[in-house]
Amino acid sequence: MKKYWKSLEEENGAEAAANEMAKVDHIHGGCVDLNGEIPGSTIASRRDFLKLCGFSLTAATIAASCEQQAIHKAIPFVIKPEEVLSGVANYYASTFIDGPEYCSVVVKTREGRPIKIEGNELSGISRGGTSARVQASVLSLYDSGRLQEPLQKSVKTTWEHVDQNIRSVLNTVNSQAGKIVILSSSIISPSTKNIYKDFIAKYSSTRVVYYDAASSSGMLTANQKTFGKQVIPAYKFDKAAVIVSFSADFLGTWISPIEFTKQYSGSRRLQKGANAMSRHIQFESGMSLTGSNADERFPIKPSEEAGLLIHLYNHIAILSGFGVFEESVPDATIDMSSLADELWKNRGKSLVVSGTNNEHVQVVVNAINHMLGNYGQTIDLDNHSNFKQGIDAEMDLLISEMNEGKIDVLLMNDVNPVYSLKDSGRFVEGLKKLKLSASISGYPDETAALVNYVCPSDHYLESWDDSEPVKGYYSLAQPVINRLFNTRNAQENFLKWMESESSYEDYVREYWKKNISPAKDDYGFRQFWTTSLQNGVYENSASSSSSPKLKAEVLNNALAGLRQNGSELFGDFEIACYESIAIGSGTQANNPWLQELPDPVSKVSWENFAAISPKNATESGLKNGDLITISSASATIKIPVLIQPGQAQNTISVALGYGRQRAGKVGDNVGSNAFPFIGQGYSVKVEKSGENRPLALTQSHHSMEGRPIVRETIFDKYLEDPASGNEMHAKSKAAAVTLYDPAVHHSYHWGLSIDLNACTGCGNCIISCQAENNVPVIGKEEIRKRRIMHWLRIDRYYSDSVDNPRVYHQPVMCQHCNSAPCENVCPVAATMHSDDGLNHQTYNRCIGTRYCMNNCPYKVRRFNWFAYSENDKFDFHMNSDLGRMVLNPDVVVRSRGVVEKCSMCIQRLQEAKVKAKLENRLMVEGDIKTACMQSCPADAIVFGDLNDDNSTISKNFSDERHYHLLEELSIFPSVGYMTKVRNKKEQTT
Amino acid sequence: MYNISVRGPVIKGNKTVQDVTADICKPIETKPGNWWYVSLTISLIFMVFGAWSVYVLFDEGIGSFGVNNTVSWGWCIINFVWWVGIGHAGTAFSIFLLILRQKWRTSINRAAEAMTVAAIICAGAFPLLHMGRLHYAFFVFPYPNTRGPIWLNFNSPLGWDVVAIGTYLMTSAMFWYIGMIPDLATVRDRARSKLKKFLYGVASFGWNGSSQNWLRLETLSWILGGLAAALVVSVHSIVAMDFATSVLPGWHTTIFPPYFVVGAILSGFAMVLTLMIIIRKIYKLDNYITDSHLNAICKILLFISLIMGTAYVTEMFMAWYSGNEFEIFTFFHNRITGEYNIAFWIMLSGNAIIPQLFWFKKVRQNMVIIFLISIIINIGMWFERYVIVITSLTKDMLPANWASYSPSLVEIGLFIGTIGFFVTFILLFFRHLPMISINEVKGILKYSQVKNK
Repeated sequence: MKKYWKSLEEENGAEAAANEMAKVDHIHGGCVDLNGEIPGSTIASRRDFLKLCGFSLTAATIAASCEQQAIHKAIPFVIKPEEVLSGVANYYASTFIDGPEYCSVVVKTREGRPIKIEGNELSGISRGGTSARVQASVLSLYDSGRLQEPLQKSVKTTWEHVDQNIRSVLNTVNSQAGKIVILSSSIISPSTKNIYKDFIAKYSSTRVVYYDAASSSGMLTANQKTFGKQVIPAYKFDKAAVIVSFSADFLGTWISPIEFTKQYSGSRRLQKGANAMSRHIQFESGMSLTGSNADERFPIKPSEEAGLLIHLYNHIAILSGFGVFEESVPDATIDMSSLADELWKNRGKSLVVSGTNNEHVQVVVNAINHMLGNYGQTIDLDNHSNFKQGIDAEMDLLISEMNEGKIDVLLMNDVNPVYSLKDSGRFVEGLKKLKLSASISGYPDETAALVNYVCPSDHYLESWDDSEPVKGYYSLAQPVINRLFNTRNAQENFLKWMESESSYEDYVREYWKKNISPAKDDYGFRQFWTTSLQNGVYENSASSSSSPKLKAEVLNNALAGLRQNGSELFGDFEIACYESIAIGSGTQANNPWLQELPDPVSKVSWENFAAISPKNATESGLKNGDLITISSASATIKIPVLIQPGQAQNTISVALGYGRQRAGKVGDNVGSNAFPFIGQGYSVKVEKSGENRPLALTQSHHSMEGRPIVRETIFDKYLEDPASGNEMHAKSKAAAVTLYDPAVHHSYHWGLSIDLNACTGCGNCIISCQAENNVPVIGKEEIRKRRIMHWLRIDRYYSDSVDNPRVYHQPVMCQHCNSAPCENVCPVAATMHSDDGLNHQTYNRCIGTRYCMNNCPYKVRRFNWFAYSENDKFDFHMNSDLGRMVLNPDVVVRSRGVVEKCSMCIQRLQEAKVKAKLENRLMVEGDIKTACMQSCPADAIVFGDLNDDNSTISKNFSDERHYHLLEELSIFPSVGYMTKVRNKKEQTT
Repeated sequence: MYNISVRGPVIKGNKTVQDVTADICKPIETKPGNWWYVSLTISLIFMVFGAWSVYVLFDEGIGSFGVNNTVSWGWCIINFVWWVGIGHAGTAFSIFLLILRQKWRTSINRAAEAMTVAAIICAGAFPLLHMGRLHYAFFVFPYPNTRGPIWLNFNSPLGWDVVAIGTYLMTSAMFWYIGMIPDLATVRDRARSKLKKFLYGVASFGWNGSSQNWLRLETLSWILGGLAAALVVSVHSIVAMDFATSVLPGWHTTIFPPYFVVGAILSGFAMVLTLMIIIRKIYKLDNYITDSHLNAICKILLFISLIMGTAYVTEMFMAWYSGNEFEIFTFFHNRITGEYNIAFWIMLSGNAIIPQLFWFKKVRQNMVIIFLISIIINIGMWFERYVIVITSLTKDMLPANWASYSPSLVEIGLFIGTIGFFVTFILLFFRHLPMISINEVKGILKYSQVKNK
């Protein structure tokens, strides 16, 4: 289009605009008024703009802060059970029984579901202690991998069908005088034993064979031979001034570790003015939990053990005037004479134990203890324990008979021989030759897959039971929840099959009435029963113990046996298989808490490994995680290497209980099965494979780097000066300076004291804390990335030589510093200090900058890297409705992106506070125990009020052994530690 | 006053005022070369990688990073500090040289400021992405609320950070933009297409070149300049305090604020140098960005790298002199000889040793070497942050916690993504905005021609 213009200005648009502007400037005298508004103008002004900005910002802020409320459906009771009060926990005494493992417990239930296991302080055996496996057992209850229905040839069926078929087969077999065998785990329940007796009475061709995956058969036969009693004696570690252990991990897995830990730490406690402490010497191949606590430890090959014991025997025999073994005793690799002297000086107050399953070695051990006069003092054969009953020879006989077709019916109760037998192939062959095989089991395990009938058994929290772990010590188990699945008491199967109408509950009650109750009349018994049920235990152990007579000829036989025992050499290495702290013999392999629990010494989780000595590793160029093949005549496994300081040269230690094939989704194919190596001789061949698979380690640096982290001294120096080894504490205290106002605690000041001398590092507190505080499981891959969520961890350090180091265990949780570095740096004040000295973490407020984690010198803060709940990538218990039933309703499940940490069980504190308030009083000592403290088998943790001068914790804090971790930083933690004291003669540094 | 007979002309080639306008507007008015499209494509691909990383991060959580319980801060924080450092140059350039009456700055400050804005945006993204719960990020602002009210923790350096970075970004962006208004008007006036005329017209806020306009521009520039001068020092001091207020050995040092500011200037100037050499080469603006400009920057870098060297030695000396076992370990056993010692030596050589080559005039005149050194300094500065963040965290007080750290693909992706954003921003800046301040260069033209008196 043609462009018309009126003036030159119009043609030049820019100039025209300038003119317009000039006009405006002119109108307002060249200035804009203060508000920037042009009077009379409808154009949006700066003010309007700001108004609009302000409005949008406010609107956006309000919209953003309207948090979406999660909708939870709560269905009220139509008829409320009398004992259930919403939000208030009920506690029931019960008993944890898992084959030969025993612990008296108190079960915490909330709204009818068990959520936490506590130790039962009334028990004379476990005395309020538990173990990690006991703590974790509550999670196994809610395991969706449990057997849910009876199975016939792996197909679902009904109980009636199972019972009918089994009964008819039993009757036919019995009438034809065929052989029926009950293959059972060790039974510590007197009622169950009685059921077996009744069963035999009904089906006379029945015999019972006991079988333990980790067998103590050697000990049982040795005791039978030496003393005529096929039992495991009760040990009294608290009465022993000198404890010598040959590869017995009595603090971790041997016989009754909870009981022994209580005894052991009790005799090593150094309260003010203490002048005695037991001395512990350990001989072993791998570094066990017990070995890591020993005052002196000698790494030996498994094959050396017998020789050393004979030398020890000879030295003591000379001192005591007994006969000496003279024939072909191998040269002693370690001089035993001073040890013999020490034991001899403490005769009657000493204890020699061996973890070996070789009966000849056990005979020698018995002879040593006998010479030392320990029977009747530290060893009690009269009031013996019932933990292990399996005799290997009986099992071998059974397998042969099965293969020869001599057995008709095999009823298995709580055993999994297909997995845990060294030659399970023969057993499987034998199974095929049976008329009927049935397995009573909680899980569709390896054995259950191959039998005719699988009878799902209750979890112990769903069932009645009783037990007599040590003669005279009875305890009861009662159900604390209705059956979750179509399962029944293991014992009820036998009752049904022998056509008894009674339930197991009635049976137990009847049995107690007849055999245990002091009162036989109805009224008296009812009273007794109620009290026993309430207490969980009934103890009647008045009988004294005597020193038994030793059959002298047995000794010579034993020596002869040991001489023949030299197994053929297969390779350069000797293997030592052991039960791990977390997994044991593998019954709870499907428990993610246990799989994730780092091994107390190696700090490896989610796997077993081949521990080799640093020297061997250097020689053969192996590093952590390198896969090696271990082979013996009977088995070959491929397993990653862990370089373990303190491992005996040319030995390999491998944990049992791993490599399950049918444990469930968590436990399947975790690690390798080492059971085939048991009892095959020690010699194995090791080959490098060239592959590497990183281990899931939770700690990778093992030296304290000369820092005063775990402070230690030796007993002699402690006697001279209780503050020895802790000289720095006074200095740090004097030098402590802070710019901040000191924290003031008006009413209470909560604190925690950890006695490093009592702590054995067993890991019970870790799982107890995990159960109490809903700590998630994150899996192997995440552990490798060093993201473990445990609020409480146990640091483990080594010192001295790598060949035989001293080991230190140090539990570390939030130290609740009074000048907490984390509190300063949080931009949103999500972590604050409370009036009673706690360092609070407010999940709602946390935005996840993680500065607090960096600034925590103890690195105890944990971040929710992912959503650990309801996330298919973390398919553990928190990903299913059933598994989430274990969660503690008093503790929130943290969302993705927030920081969490130890709260000193603030939910317990609050509960006790409310209770005290209702009773119009102040809280007193004992009102609250944190989860870690409550069930500590070593009583190493003390929680209490630092404002109360008479509390145990205040006394601990004023003890000369007390110090704070990293106290030189002047951040004033509320958690204190007490020095480690070793009963060594002189400090070799 | 600038003495041309002593120092030589600031702008070479006897440019007239019209030449200046034409030369600088040329890239905006002509189609860019193929290199531009290729670079843009690559940087967009980088940004896509970054976007994927952000998606994974939001979908899965911080767990998609390589960080762990011990090393809770990783690449994100390194990159945050690195970008903030780079973002220092623009404003430092404009402000400090303005105060020091360095006329030669005029041909460089515009690009440097653009770089600042891009870098600060990149930097600001990291603390946000690094947050566990980004949707509650507004908790860090002090605003009245119904939660108590709960305020932010005024003791926390992270709270100061929000303020410092936010203010710095806004001030720098404003300073940059305000200075650009007269030039945008020039572009508008020269624009042929209606769309361009309209867009540049809007962008130039109706600038008409009146004395009133100039007066206000100058006033505002001085006010913002004055504010920004303080911010240049404060922003990186505060970033330094993110570390210095902690108890961690290797972080807990009072030297950090000045040391960080100097470090930032070093990395920023190095980045300016990199950028200027590219501009010069590609747009043939040698007459505006002359050898003497680069020479001056090199001299500044030399001086700053000496300060850096002093800072490194001071840190080391203080660790030894304090006798604090944790510090001695961190500095002597972890940084110099430990697992990450390569990072330490790259840092030391890149920031303190290699820049010493600038003592030699021949080096300062060799474009290739200058360019390489500028890159090396930036790498060195990245590793300085790596040394500070990672080595201090991996091995702190309790050896049981010691852990290693390596970045995940997501973390690398975020870094690459910000590089992509930065390059894209700069490319668009080259293409659509006057990369040298036309009006300011014109202002110093009188120092450019050797006139016969």
